[in-house]
Amino acid sequence: MAQLTLNINKQSYKVDVDPETPLLWVIRDEANLTGTKFGCGIAQCGACTVHLNGAPVRSCSLPVSAAAGQKITTIEGLSPDRSHTLQQAWIAEQVPQCGYCQSGQLMSASALLASNPSPTDEEIDAAMQGNICRCGTYPRIRKAIHRAAAMKPSGSR
Amino acid sequence: MSTLIANRRDFLKTSALTGTALVLGFSDADAAEPLALAANHEITPFVMIDPSGVVTLFNPRPDMGQGTYQSMPALLAEELCISLDNVKIVQTEGDAKHGNQNAGGSSSVRRLWKPMRTAGAAAREMLIAAAAANWSVPASECNAANGRIIHLPTKRSFGYGELAAKAATMPVPKEPKLKDQKDFTILGKPAPRSDVPMKVDGTAQFGIDAKVPGMLYATIERSPTIGGKVVKIDDAKALKSKGVKHVVKSERPLFGSTLEGVAVIADSYYAAVKGRKALAVTWDTSGFDKFSTDAFYEQMRTLAAKDGIRAEASKGDAVSAFKAAAKTIDAVYETPFVAHASMEPEAAVAHYKADGTIEIWASTQGPVWTKQAVAKQFGTTPDKVTVHPQFLGGSFGRKGGLDDFIMEAVYLSKQVKAPVKLVWSREDDITQGPFRPGMVNALTASLDANGVVTGFRHRVVGPAIQFQGRKDIEGKIDDWALEGIEPDDSPYSIPNVAIEYAHAPVTTPVMWWRSVYASTNMFGHESFIDEVAHAAGKDPLDFRLELLAKANPAPNSTGARFQAVLTLLKEKAKWSEKLPQGKGRGVAVARSFESIAAHAVTVGRGADGKLRVEKVVVVLDCGMHVNTDTVIAQTEGNIVMGLTAALKDAITFKNGRAEQTNFDTYRVLRINEVPAIEIHVMPSSNAPGGVGEPGLPPLAPALANAVFGATGKRIRTLPMNLDAM
Repeated sequence: MAQLTLNINKQSYKVDVDPETPLLWVIRDEANLTGTKFGCGIAQCGACTVHLNGAPVRSCSLPVSAAAGQKITTIEGLSPDRSHTLQQAWIAEQVPQCGYCQSGQLMSASALLASNPSPTDEEIDAAMQGNICRCGTYPRIRKAIHRAAAMKPSGSR
Repeated sequence: MSTLIANRRDFLKTSALTGTALVLGFSDADAAEPLALAANHEITPFVMIDPSGVVTLFNPRPDMGQGTYQSMPALLAEELCISLDNVKIVQTEGDAKHGNQNAGGSSSVRRLWKPMRTAGAAAREMLIAAAAANWSVPASECNAANGRIIHLPTKRSFGYGELAAKAATMPVPKEPKLKDQKDFTILGKPAPRSDVPMKVDGTAQFGIDAKVPGMLYATIERSPTIGGKVVKIDDAKALKSKGVKHVVKSERPLFGSTLEGVAVIADSYYAAVKGRKALAVTWDTSGFDKFSTDAFYEQMRTLAAKDGIRAEASKGDAVSAFKAAAKTIDAVYETPFVAHASMEPEAAVAHYKADGTIEIWASTQGPVWTKQAVAKQFGTTPDKVTVHPQFLGGSFGRKGGLDDFIMEAVYLSKQVKAPVKLVWSREDDITQGPFRPGMVNALTASLDANGVVTGFRHRVVGPAIQFQGRKDIEGKIDDWALEGIEPDDSPYSIPNVAIEYAHAPVTTPVMWWRSVYASTNMFGHESFIDEVAHAAGKDPLDFRLELLAKANPAPNSTGARFQAVLTLLKEKAKWSEKLPQGKGRGVAVARSFESIAAHAVTVGRGADGKLRVEKVVVVLDCGMHVNTDTVIAQTEGNIVMGLTAALKDAITFKNGRAEQTNFDTYRVLRINEVPAIEIHVMPSSNAPGGVGEPGLPPLAPALANAVFGATGKRIRTLPMNLDAM
């Protein structure tokens, strides 16, 4: 066990966990931030995507010890009030169906827009390929990313 | 503190189409009841209005992504004359007063279209009656609009909240008047869904998200074959693993069998996972280690070469037609076992309490099913079982009616005397089933010298979902096995039609998978119609229209609706325009769950020279519908899921083991593989059909027909490998 301090969504969490624990389970079960989802456990589906210092990572396959002291952002930290342009675009395009994968989709998409404010279809495909949606919301994800890219940023990230 | 006043009512029952009674309203107030004027008022079990005007609408169908969280309340809101913007939506929890609450079979809107509207209209009329009584005017002088009852001659009005207490004492109208379709303000239009905001900020609660005080976490080590007995558990290392509290045998009830496992229960999920890795279990897999897909498909091919059980819907004498024909053609089509692989793996929190009551938080398609199944399994009555259905992170049939993973969680909670959260790993989900059954379809058709189809036989061979755990199956046909292919669903004019079924028993569990047998039957059926069209030297779409026209269908019949759908598809897909060399276009049409969908798929070669799906154009006739945008979204989803099933990995078995384990070996379609999609929803005044599934069955045959158009190669086995074409 190890005493670790995690910085999640600009809040400090002191946890006492096995340092090998994947970051995902610490976010969900210790910090009680359940927006980040478990999908495969082997970094194949993207449901667990969070930002580590702004970059998208698969938290199911990242030991919590590697995230200690770094800046972690989860879906709950994307904006305090669904005001992130992507969240607005996701609502406008009615992207989610079951919704389970969408936190991960939004975290991958927000990392993409942060580095590439107006991506092409091909760039969206490249950045979003790691996120599976079994309901098949891909066409709307693409549309929503384009819509967000065309909007003026109004939320924090 | 508000009080529900449901428990003191005699409920009236009106029959719902499902045959299960839908509880609509209540009897006249009984004299002994306390006046609950400050309380929330339940106008019917589906509508509650409190004195401040807050309207609560109850959704009786758990939402797994098909939009019931909005569509069910929309049916109430339309008749109640309120906007959905300011209502509270509450998921029902299996209480008898809410009737059948099981989502599945694309049934929610088509089965509850009238009952839910009737409940909303009854509430509206009771509010009007209350207002009319207050004003001492005839009810006919009042109407409802935007949450208020208005006295038309004087323009006086009451808010619904002001009337709630009195309305609840009004007699329930027996046959409240429903609105005409032309007066709809909500139904049949696109509308934002109220669950969407919760799904963009992480606040939507799924089964896996439930947490209760004192809860432990469980994972279950399972036999490498499906089935297998625990011989020996070496749990010394697991129990030493930090955080592990218990190692106990587990039980998974499934189709009359009990599948054994060994659960590791810990104070955190990762501690349980780590403990599971440290566990050494010896399994006796004898009897469970024989199943292999190679041998099973051989058996099914043998069955497909023989007569099956003839369905009653067959007509004429197909065999004689084949003998007399100028030309007969045969083809055998094969579809694989596939997994549901919903993004949320099976997960449930269960608490078996000291007093014998059971409380469950889970992703379930049906809280009534769950209550009944759990009560039966644990020797109690449904009233002792409380179920809190959460949003389902996908299901596609997996989380309805089996409750196997929920019962595992209850069993473990009972063993360790604490609430337990059970989470299946993705490997558990993909290897342990149930699966869509692998099927073989054998088809034969005959043509006379003029190219007229004289006989047609469709023989379906495969495991019956319905027959699992049953012995009385001799001579019977699974009720779902012939979906899409009987003349009612396939209205082509052919004088002699034989529809046959042969059950191929299987040891691996199988289950409904989005669109069930229509998803497998239609691949053969509509691919073969294409083959027959080519044999007759006709354009495949025109050939279908000719076969439909020959039946001279009555206006608005299934045949006429097929004609309309295909005619519109012909226009929208620009079917008559010639395609450049190397491209191909294919068509297929299917009726399932009382809706008709026709797809035109275009394939072409990418920059790398490989064949790929370029475009899918769909025309859907689903009758009247609730939310046009949801209809389109569901159809997009059906195309993506249909493409995965047609192009991506099958589940194959060797020595009783599934050979695919996770998304690395069981690959599904990703965003870069999605073609252009264009969907046209036919305007309609017909009764609503299903929406969650009918867009899937035509995809695979339309795609295979397009590949034939592009390459001249006929694909008869799924999944197909486009890269190799």
